[in-house]
Amino acid sequence: MHMDRTFQGSPTPGPNATTLARAVGLTVDMPVQLGASSVRIVDGVDFAIGVGERVALVGESGSGKSVTARALMRLDRAARVSGRVEFAGRDLLALSEREMTQVRGGDIAMVFQDPMSFLDPLMTIGDQVAETLRIRGVGKADARRRALAVLDELRVDRAAERLDAYPHEFSGGMRQRVVLAMALVGEPRLLIADEPTTALDVRVQDQVLDLLDDVSARRGLAVLFITHDLGVVAGFAERVMVMYSGRIVEDGSVDSVFARPRHPYTRGLIKAVPRIDQDLDRLYAIPGAPPPPFARPTGCAFHPRCDAAFAPCLRDVPAVLPVEGGRAACHLHASQGA
Amino acid sequence: MLLSVDGLCKTYASFPNPPVQVLHDVSFGLDAGQALGLVGESGSGKSTIAKCLMALTRPEQGSITYDGTDVVRARGADLLRFRRDVQMVFQDPYGSLNPRMTVEELVGEGLLVHRLEPTPAARRDRVAEILRTVGLNPDDRGRYPRSFSGGQRQRIAIARALAVQPRILVCDEPVAALDVSVQAQVINLLQDMQRQFGLAILFIAHDLAVVRHLCERIVVLHKGRVVEQGTRAEIFGSPREAYTRALLDAVPVPDPAVGRARRRQLQHQS
Repeated sequence: MHMDRTFQGSPTPGPNATTLARAVGLTVDMPVQLGASSVRIVDGVDFAIGVGERVALVGESGSGKSVTARALMRLDRAARVSGRVEFAGRDLLALSEREMTQVRGGDIAMVFQDPMSFLDPLMTIGDQVAETLRIRGVGKADARRRALAVLDELRVDRAAERLDAYPHEFSGGMRQRVVLAMALVGEPRLLIADEPTTALDVRVQDQVLDLLDDVSARRGLAVLFITHDLGVVAGFAERVMVMYSGRIVEDGSVDSVFARPRHPYTRGLIKAVPRIDQDLDRLYAIPGAPPPPFARPTGCAFHPRCDAAFAPCLRDVPAVLPVEGGRAACHLHASQGA
Repeated sequence: MLLSVDGLCKTYASFPNPPVQVLHDVSFGLDAGQALGLVGESGSGKSTIAKCLMALTRPEQGSITYDGTDVVRARGADLLRFRRDVQMVFQDPYGSLNPRMTVEELVGEGLLVHRLEPTPAARRDRVAEILRTVGLNPDDRGRYPRSFSGGQRQRIAIARALAVQPRILVCDEPVAALDVSVQAQVINLLQDMQRQFGLAILFIAHDLAVVRHLCERIVVLHKGRVVEQGTRAEIFGSPREAYTRALLDAVPVPDPAVGRARRRQLQHQS
């Protein structure tokens, strides 16, 4: 069974980047509880991430952004993942579970939104950061030494003393640094950060972003930054991919996406963010709400909320076509041949 | 002044640790029809202020005066009137609506409690009217919260608060849990309600951009103290305190050039 997929050529990373990871036709079906049927959360997504590239994956709740990221690492056991996921030339979906364990925390690492529920309250910070290495057979003293080096790199004050502290003794921002250290200690080439700053206060968020910026530049680390907030990634990402209802609707360099958003949804998202540097009498609001994945509208999933929708939008899923500075899935561009 | 808060102090027990004073001499005022923003980071005491205001907890010192009545010591009819005139909208529209009540029951409950519309027919009409006002379809009044999206649930919560015709709406992070595309709808609705009904809004939030948009006056809190208060133009145009400036600087701006300049500036400092 092959869908009429009309992606033009294979997905590429941003300009000047060698491909590190690539997803082609990535589709994720999740079983519905107490039933044999399943829901398609991610519906045929193509993208690539370059070596050292910082890519933002932006979407609202139910857009499938987290599920897409988790599928790259095969984290959801119940999920049926199809398509291809390549990392440094290897097909991750074809690996055995044992091989995949080496990839997780090795080549690809992940940090999550809530550091407190991720950390073990009964284990010291040092042991938790070193654990990734210990699992890989690194000796105790060596693992501890490397854990300390990463905490220093992440500017944790008095890191040597605090190796033996417990998570509750740390502030929210410090805990997020510890979680980041756990991810970085295995020297990954790709870091997936799923809303890592959403639960933090603005000043702490700013510090964590700064830290990520720094580490990514110094290590040549690629980052896939998942967020619902376009503002957060504007200064951090080189490229932005926008997801809506399980599909990528726009992908382009951060400058072109913000300056000339091609998809009406992207345009709306940018306009709907209240700005600290502007006075507006009234905020722009996109009507309606994002659809749940089990009630995805026909054609372009955004059409019921789109003020530019016309006949084809109700009928056909728009192909992802190249536009200047990136690609977009919108019938407006297809009809203009842009 | 419709509501005035003077010298509020509140301490929480934290056994076995020593008690923690979460509010230190907090004072501010709210005029009728005004939107006031209460901003601060987690631990700044902003939600404790809301609890004191709603008479859900008692401050050990200080007073809260509403329309001439001391709310902290109010009893009986005075307290009941206050509880009608001051309504609250919470952050989590999933946790704040009873899942076993229909929209009609949720929105009509205040009318029943305060005996505002004695007959069932009058209550029905009033509920339908208020649902239309907040942009919901009155035909949906028999449905339960679970069948609504987060943004619609927040509209239900606002309808529930507005049904009893309050003079003050206390909103504790009302859009923090909503999707970006829906946030603007709820903020616009609050603004409409303020203008249409002359409603005063006490808007508690950590998102300064939202506060700038909605509020004419802003109170900045830090560790339980008011560090600065002033008009929108004062706080955003020429903040006096370093803390306020630091808060403002850290707010991300959806503009790549501005964001990159900010990152460079930080790298310079470190």
